[in-house]
Amino acid sequence: MSTDGSAGSDGTAGGDGTARSALAGRPLAERLAAFVGRPAGEALRAPDPVNRPMIRHWVEAMGDENPVYVDDDEARGQGLPGVIAPPTMLQAWIMRGLRTTLEVEAARAAGRSGGTSATDQIMGLLDEAGFTSVVATNCEQHYVRPLVPGDHLEVRSVIDSVSAEKTTALGTGHFLTTRLEFSDQAGEVVGSMLFRILKFRPHPPTGPGEGAGGDAARQADRPLRPRPLLTDDNRFFFDGTKGGALLVQRCRACGTLRHPPRPACGRCRSFEWDTVEASGRGRIFSFVVNHHPQVPAFDYPLVVALVELEEGTRLVANVSGIAPDEVTIGMAVEARVEHFDADLALPVFVPAPEGAGA
Amino acid sequence: MSAPTRRFDEVAVGDALPELVVPVTRTLIVAGAIASRDYQDVHHDPVLARQRGSRDIFMNILTTNGLVGRYVTDWTGPGGLVTDVAIRLGVPNYPDDVLTFSGAVTGRDDAPGDDGRGGVELSVRGANGLGDHVTGTVRVRLPAGTAAGATGGAS
Repeated sequence: MSTDGSAGSDGTAGGDGTARSALAGRPLAERLAAFVGRPAGEALRAPDPVNRPMIRHWVEAMGDENPVYVDDDEARGQGLPGVIAPPTMLQAWIMRGLRTTLEVEAARAAGRSGGTSATDQIMGLLDEAGFTSVVATNCEQHYVRPLVPGDHLEVRSVIDSVSAEKTTALGTGHFLTTRLEFSDQAGEVVGSMLFRILKFRPHPPTGPGEGAGGDAARQADRPLRPRPLLTDDNRFFFDGTKGGALLVQRCRACGTLRHPPRPACGRCRSFEWDTVEASGRGRIFSFVVNHHPQVPAFDYPLVVALVELEEGTRLVANVSGIAPDEVTIGMAVEARVEHFDADLALPVFVPAPEGAGA
Repeated sequence: MSAPTRRFDEVAVGDALPELVVPVTRTLIVAGAIASRDYQDVHHDPVLARQRGSRDIFMNILTTNGLVGRYVTDWTGPGGLVTDVAIRLGVPNYPDDVLTFSGAVTGRDDAPGDDGRGGVELSVRGANGLGDHVTGTVRVRLPAGTAAGATGGAS
């Protein structure tokens, strides 16, 4: 329910509206996954160029007394061409504003998804599934150059990932990560942003003054998952998941796939290797349901499975999107990449739709 | 005359930034939301915010970003060029709380680049009465040299 920065900012993620209807009736996880990598329909142009009145509103609200935002002479004294916009205003230039916000809220209240962009459709799907609250969790901005009055931004956005269903201290929900790229009137990239929100079904308030917000404290204090021990042999795997890909090591001499990563091919002894991207489809070869001991970074009961990919290799990963007592050996699953924090993304397997298994 | 700009050669890893105390008033929350064109009701309407399960209105993430940016350039002075702000939100900022920023230098380029500036990495934390509201990393480029040997701005 917090800033809907993403919904406010990536009206660009234009969907054609067909994916949703074609997937109607399919499991939510599958319908959500259909949006990943989508984008970028039409670019969205900022309603107004970078301008001094909005800069003044901003710096007065923030109590920011940096003179380079309001005084041309001071700015020139710093080697700038004149006043610049505060860098952190990047997102403000492309916010949808009051009129569109009211229109979208009215549409949502009327039971429509409230927009045609991929983000609007995802929000609509999650609303329908009961995940009605939203909270922004991460924002990473990079600025290529300072923006000056007259710059007119365009933004293109892509749905980077939609997490599997996740139980957090705030409630159960899905993390939605969007990547945005900002360019100027000359088409040059001037900045970029990663924006992550949690769209969730809130826990009932636990007492006076303990709304969803109070729970956020406990979520924020939650320890991070353990880090993988990175080596030159296995780094590709974790870099791959950060980029949303499940990679498998392949011998360049004989083509044999292998996992876990290691230096040499067990078949032909070659040290030459590259990687291929797995389809993500597979079957549960074996699994355990871990109840104890509990490590604070994980949710329990925790399903730890050995998944055999359709490519033939096996890997250990968590299973989500299904009650632990419904997991069976041999069941068809598909990989989703889940971003646990800024530095860690791992494959998590969810049940595959009927007939789609490996 | 504005405050002097901190110079790259005067900064060392481990340096602490002075604290900045920001009272979280309703005015700040609403002014920040409107200045960032964010009209989500939870940032200005206490009745609707409560209906949505929050105990009151709360600060939007764009305002948090703006305050983080201000905190860092308050320290660098007007010649600091912010290139990256990466934040993670924790507890909300409700009215009548106090947000206290702290920070430290966590990284520094070996030498200035071709632009006559050197990059510095800062860790920043903004805590209120409920805990950490924001934690993050900011990168900023500072003009090379020292204040004594400096003549004006970076170009």
